Amino acid sequence: MSTLHTVNKSPFDRGSLASALAHALPGDAILLIEDGVVGARAAAQKTADLVQAAMPACSLYVLGPDLAARGIPVTDVVGGMTVVDYAGFVDLVAGHDRTQAWL
Amino acid sequence: MSDTKRFLYVNRKAPHGTVYALESLEVVLIGAAFEQDVSLAFLDDGVFQLIKKQVTTGIGVKNFAPTYRALGDYDVKKVFVERESLEERGLSEDDLMAITHENDDEEDVSSVEIVDRARMAEIMAAQDVILSF
Amino acid sequence: MAVVVNEGPYTHQASDTAYQFTKAALEKGHEIYRVFFYHDGVNNATRLTVPPQDERNVQKNWSELAEKHGLDMVVCIAAAQRRGILDDSEAKRHGKGEGAANLAPGFRISGLGQLIEAGIQADRLVVFGD
Repeated sequence: MSTLHTVNKSPFDRGSLASALAHALPGDAILLIEDGVVGARAAAQKTADLVQAAMPACSLYVLGPDLAARGIPVTDVVGGMTVVDYAGFVDLVAGHDRTQAWL
Repeated sequence: MSDTKRFLYVNRKAPHGTVYALESLEVVLIGAAFEQDVSLAFLDDGVFQLIKKQVTTGIGVKNFAPTYRALGDYDVKKVFVERESLEERGLSEDDLMAITHENDDEEDVSSVEIVDRARMAEIMAAQDVILSF
Repeated sequence: MAVVVNEGPYTHQASDTAYQFTKAALEKGHEIYRVFFYHDGVNNATRLTVPPQDERNVQKNWSELAEKHGLDMVVCIAAAQRRGILDDSEAKRHGKGEGAANLAPGFRISGLGQLIEAGIQADRLVVFGD
């Protein structure tokens, strides 16, 4: 039994990424979407550390189209995070028992 | 096979700055008719939804806080409030309104349970449907 | 799967993300039991928007997706009343005058019970909000 947590806001804007990570359990997945993809950037030390600490217990994902829209190259993403498209998003929802949106 | 599912309503925002607290409560009340296994979670700024003595006359909006106290009448008995969220905000259980329901012996018992973050995570992981607002 | 849209068009990305997700799910052969519009999400259902020609038309995106796939798109009546989204019967019931109804094609107005029911019937429920 596992949960897909979605985070749609930047960690510099909201505490939702930190809150999601604080409530995720081993085996869960976290997917960053919309402005939440800001949290995927390796260059932002503070948030990269937060995200990195969640791995490998949790799987981290980021929505590719939202990265591209914000001019964030895939190479800028924290190591260990998987970039997915909308089809991948659908697979994540199907592949976990429940989806929890951290708004 | 029962089609009862475990529904969790997650509240993370303070009341009034946005509509989510009010409109999520409306879902809870309508949802009661479906007799599912309902829990409410209050964490992060959501804990402010349950603070006593809210007075909204100054901001010109309806005070819907009394509705939380009627949750027992809608068969909602599980109201989980996160301890760390309270403590980070300098709040304690004493700041929260009393929410009760009648148990099997027709006594009024508290519906509110203060749980730590780890327990809240476990509660979330046990749900079938999670509604976030 | 059931999809919940909590925000209106343009101001938040939620409706766009929900639309892209729903489209991808349908293309993969998943059944979308219902798309439920709540809070400002009801504003996706007005037929009166006139977005610039070179931009996406959020309402049309949803209406066309619904028509193509037979999607059940439900707008919460309580949220709709607060925000002025009315079908013919609601417009008449509240005396809003001839032509006031503004519900776009493919959407129907119904109660919050439809959200709970979607949660009960679907295997997965995904919320898109702010």
